[in-house]
Amino acid sequence: MSTESALSIRDLRVTFKTLLGNVQAVRGVSLDVQPGEVLGVVGESGSGKSVSFLAVMGLLGRNAVIEGSAKVGDTELVGANQRTLRKVRGNNVAMIFQDPLSALNPVHRVGAQVAEMVLAHHHGMSKDDAAKRAVELLDIVGIPQPEQRARQYAHEFSGGMRQRVMIAMAIANDPKVLIADEPTTALDVTVQAQILEVIDRIRKEMGTAVVLITHDLGVVARMADRVQVMYAGRVVERADVHSLFHQSDHPYTRGLLASQPTLGRERLSPIPGAPPNMLQPPSGCAFRVRCAHAAPECAGDVPELIQVRRTETACVRAQELEALV
Amino acid sequence: MTAPVVEVANLTKEFTVKSSHGLRVIRRTVHAVSDVSLTVPSGKTVGLVGESGSGKTTVGRCILRLIEPTAGSVKFQGTELVGLPAKDLRKLRRSMQIVFQDPYASLDPKMTIGASIAEPLQIQKVEGNHQDRVAELLELVGLAPDHARRFPHEFSGGQRQRVGVARALALNPSFIVLDEPVSALDVSIQAGVVNLLQDLQEQLGLSYLFIAHDLSVVRHISDSVAVMYLGKVVEVGPAEELYSASAHPYTRALLSAVPQADPIVERERQRIMLQGEVPSPINPPSGCRFRTRCPMAQEICSVEEPALIDRGQGHPVACHFAEAVAVTLGSNVSA
Repeated sequence: MSTESALSIRDLRVTFKTLLGNVQAVRGVSLDVQPGEVLGVVGESGSGKSVSFLAVMGLLGRNAVIEGSAKVGDTELVGANQRTLRKVRGNNVAMIFQDPLSALNPVHRVGAQVAEMVLAHHHGMSKDDAAKRAVELLDIVGIPQPEQRARQYAHEFSGGMRQRVMIAMAIANDPKVLIADEPTTALDVTVQAQILEVIDRIRKEMGTAVVLITHDLGVVARMADRVQVMYAGRVVERADVHSLFHQSDHPYTRGLLASQPTLGRERLSPIPGAPPNMLQPPSGCAFRVRCAHAAPECAGDVPELIQVRRTETACVRAQELEALV
Repeated sequence: MTAPVVEVANLTKEFTVKSSHGLRVIRRTVHAVSDVSLTVPSGKTVGLVGESGSGKTTVGRCILRLIEPTAGSVKFQGTELVGLPAKDLRKLRRSMQIVFQDPYASLDPKMTIGASIAEPLQIQKVEGNHQDRVAELLELVGLAPDHARRFPHEFSGGQRQRVGVARALALNPSFIVLDEPVSALDVSIQAGVVNLLQDLQEQLGLSYLFIAHDLSVVRHISDSVAVMYLGKVVEVGPAEELYSASAHPYTRALLSAVPQADPIVERERQRIMLQGEVPSPINPPSGCRFRTRCPMAQEICSVEEPALIDRGQGHPVACHFAEAVAVTLGSNVSA
């Protein structure tokens, strides 16, 4: 990669200790996000797409065992103490979530909550200046009449406006990386379009690296520069957005794309079966139990990402299957 | 044309909400559904789309009288349901069923799924061997007969939704309201349930009202589609025509907002960006309810409510400027 990555993750593993055993939610994820790019992270429920980034942010509970490395600049986040994490969170890396209402405090004015974020990383700043900055931030994310709105409470905001407030808080300290975890899933499509535009504008104007976690392939197609597809805690395919959608070599990615309703097709093609139980993921390629192309060799080693045609694909049969496409 | 299974005319549903301001209690009316008419032809699927608060779910529930309509008429195979005594309604309920969005919430966690599927048979005092019928239903929805002894938590989301469908089919209905039946499912699983619903329709001659916010699934499964905005139907038409040549600015905006799973299309298409969000149904805008967000709104839109008019193409639109939509907003962008 050319410039220095805004966020660099190596062999990240997350295991949850539960009464039933160890849930291997993330099993060796590596990635780099460059400044100003949008990395789309796609996968179905339980693929580990959210957990990977919650782990990086130090937001998982005590039953989570995190291994590997996640670096923002020179700062290592895996295993970092709370003091380091507090310095980095909100300052270098910020995160927004699906449900902005539960992330906002109902008894504090919205403006005060944004100002609190500003003050958290600018200890010398006066309260008045922080309040002014908060209004500015609300304006940047497209909230009309920001002065009045700053004095209101979260319940007076609609879903889309609340998500804008979350974005205002997230960008308060000009972070290098913005992690957006299903930011528009709870919103209506017309409002989703507005929020995606705000995120895109911030990326362009501030050069923020954006990690966009979503299950919606349409959102990824619209927003992402590069995409990585996750399945059962691993990255199974990675490519620039055009190659991923048009020249995918992984049977899971192709299955996902084929299961979408498209124009003029009478029957949809579901992927048979269901994602594996991560207490005991299948040996070798976790997708092999649902894969139409599975062969005995798929049960061997866990496949690594290798360059096939235009994508990096974690499938031992990708070279042979290429002929079948 | 065959006789319609369901005919809804001028359906209106208003809820009263109370809010207390100190000692004063203020009652306000939520206009959830206003003057909605639609028809479900026999053996066909009508899609009902709209954003949250558009009233689409309320329409579905009013049709089954799970909630009582405030005004209007709902005819099921010619019988007026509004005002029908409970005893007669219960008999008709055999023929009209519903499948909900969240199969986990709609199945009792303490009942085996066999017992859940057999429950409607008991309630309606159906004679015969219920166990055999449950086994038959499970096979019909692609599950194994011995699944009947298992509990909901032993199933995946897609399988649970199949159980929900099996239960809805238990009494041999002719009409099913599908209220966001695949919205909670992952896309790879969704496709299987959609295929199942289509197969069942063909095998059993079912009629569906398919309520969803996902426009691409609706397009795939529906014969005709009605678009709702803030309690009103703004446009109805054959599915393909509605998606390729919609004549209401809201439908256009909605379709253009749905991201498509193709980066080339996504980066080239023109979007109609709507400002703001859906207004409150407590105090809907005067005239056309969409005018506060409409890129084409004129003075008349705030004064006069546009009627849902069929301009001769079997495709009624409620917009004063329906003829000008294609010209003003450009060629259609479909989901």
